[in-house]
Amino acid sequence: MAHIHVPEGVPGIRSLVMYRPDTGQHLYALAQALLRNESPLSEAERELIATFVSALNDCNFCAGSHAAAARFLFGQDKDLVDQVIADYQTAPISDKLKALLTIARHVQQDARTVSDELVAEARRQGATDRDIHDTVLIAATFCMFNRYVDGLATLTPDPSAYEAMGERMGTVGYVMPSAPVPIDNS
Amino acid sequence: MPHIPLPDHLPGITGLLEYRLDTALPIRELTQILLRGESTLTPGERELIATLVSARNQTRFCTAAHTKAADLLLGEDETARLVKQDYETAPVSEKMKALLAIAARAQNSGKEVTPEAVERAKQAGATDREIHDTVLITGLFCLYNKYVDGMATVTPTDPAYYQQLGERIMKGYRRPEKGFPVRPTT
Repeated sequence: MAHIHVPEGVPGIRSLVMYRPDTGQHLYALAQALLRNESPLSEAERELIATFVSALNDCNFCAGSHAAAARFLFGQDKDLVDQVIADYQTAPISDKLKALLTIARHVQQDARTVSDELVAEARRQGATDRDIHDTVLIAATFCMFNRYVDGLATLTPDPSAYEAMGERMGTVGYVMPSAPVPIDNS
Repeated sequence: MPHIPLPDHLPGITGLLEYRLDTALPIRELTQILLRGESTLTPGERELIATLVSARNQTRFCTAAHTKAADLLLGEDETARLVKQDYETAPVSEKMKALLAIAARAQNSGKEVTPEAVERAKQAGATDREIHDTVLITGLFCLYNKYVDGMATVTPTDPAYYQQLGERIMKGYRRPEKGFPVRPTT
């Protein structure tokens, strides 16, 4: 049960933005700008970074929902999402993305350890200023979302709920819920 | 030196927020509402939460800036210093101690916010909204701290810088209407 009185039956972040929409609207706007606005990283790659950081933070709701969004956006390459969660170093992704995930991992653990060497390695693999900036900000942002979702003990739905969520995130993006949406376990 | 080119005269978070304005806008608006908007916690109390989280993340820029903001809002410079040292013995209410304990747990991981920690806060008179806001402020400052440290932004050492910054953020977190000067005016 959640630590505070949020709408019942509504999972994760959705229950929190419904509890306090005036802060929620900016959280959704940030997710939309960061994961959907123009960036040298594809939407699928950005969802992968969000998934990776959420998995490192053990946030099952965020990891489950963003993994589903990443699978939807990667389409026929969707298997790489679970390979990255298992071990990104051996997953079938570019060396540039591996170097960016290493930076994201350091941001998640202790951001002071994002060294010049890690950044130089990402640049050697083709990363630009914006790739590096966006990776760090996505990682930092999900350290916020993960703490918000777990720190208030929100509802983590059954694994079957995520596929539809991922498709919604991959098509309509991050839009504020207007009314309680019960979980559909059918 | 920062990992990407940022203007010399805008150290810490300021230059980063100017680097990408579309993501900066919701971050600034969220901070404005959470730390300066309507709440049963005073702006000074909310700055103490931001200060504690930044100190625990060992982000020197954010710690110095929010310590100064708390000092200015509280009208003295003892409370913030003692909260950083040991909030359990600091001169704050039992409710604030319990909320700071929640912040300290969430800074580490959302999963560490136990029902017992929440119960302690409720026993001390904390409302759902206060507990909610404490967790979200903690998440937001983990974002800021990791963004500032992960990009290796410059941390000024001159106390006069933080005096000026503290006076600015005391009034709020929105971007100045005409932005920041392109070059230093002095």
